[in-house]
Amino acid sequence: MKGSRELRTAAVKTVPVAAGYLVMGFGFGVLLVARGYPALYAPLMALFVYAGSMQFVLIDLLAGGAGLIETALMTFFVNARHLFYGLSMLDEYRRVKRGRGYLIFSLTDETYSLLSSGLPEEGLDAGRYYLGVSALDQGYWVLGCLLGGLAGEALPFDFRGIEFSMTALFLVTLTDQWMKARDRRPAAIGLGCALASLLLFGPGQLILPAMAMILILLLFIRGKGAEA
Amino acid sequence: MNAHELLTVLVAALVTAAIRFAPFALFPPGRKTPAAVEYLGRALPGAVAGLLVVYCLRGLHFGALSGWLPEALSAALVVISYRLIRNSLLSIAAGTVCYMLLLRLVV
Repeated sequence: MKGSRELRTAAVKTVPVAAGYLVMGFGFGVLLVARGYPALYAPLMALFVYAGSMQFVLIDLLAGGAGLIETALMTFFVNARHLFYGLSMLDEYRRVKRGRGYLIFSLTDETYSLLSSGLPEEGLDAGRYYLGVSALDQGYWVLGCLLGGLAGEALPFDFRGIEFSMTALFLVTLTDQWMKARDRRPAAIGLGCALASLLLFGPGQLILPAMAMILILLLFIRGKGAEA
Repeated sequence: MNAHELLTVLVAALVTAAIRFAPFALFPPGRKTPAAVEYLGRALPGAVAGLLVVYCLRGLHFGALSGWLPEALSAALVVISYRLIRNSLLSIAAGTVCYMLLLRLVV
């Protein structure tokens, strides 16, 4: 069958992503239901928003009744890094004829890290392989979210405290950035500005002032040897 | 889900998609990416991680042990275990289970 070799290769390559997406998706589904939303919203958000960290943040924004502008800016901040995945895949994706729109829509951190390392075997059809990896990855995420949502609704388990999974996710991201980055100032600026904003404006209004302070300080240190 | 919540999800979906499509719309072949855009791309992820950690912990209060101790111990477990073992799923699971247990123990 046409494309079956590409799909097989994609299935093998995406095994590590499957593990991560199923587990984190499951956590997302459980958390969403624990916050009082129907299980079905988890896979729907996985289909249409499809952004791991942002979906977790979104639960909080929903629960806190955040305004639309605040939501838009927060989404931009959390997902801005995806701009650069697109930039580095520009030429590769321009050569793909079928399904390019979906490839661009579904370019998450994990999918990018698989695809940016190039074709794993010679003679593969790049477009089909990219589509296989992208669709399988989103499939795992949707499935994880669905199962988590259903489990959250069905299991008579006290999930109180499950929301710490989101804190833990971002702590791991921060620790990882801290260990890998040559320049730790951006991470320190993020922490410092958010803390300052929390103290000045309180827990309900910390996002927007923090983002403004972060942008100003990042642009200020730019050109002063800033290398992330 | 009420109308405002639906709109909130919609906005998040649209902005996410717009970010992913922007490079293909804004930078036709051969055009160079502005240096400021590249710089923010490198610097923002670290800053956002810091912001999100504070955002998640914004509800801490120091009037009672239960207002900060479960969070502090679980956060320490996440950071230390990740530095030692470098497995993100393991650290997230350990921290979450630790927090859920502490919530029920520290009153």
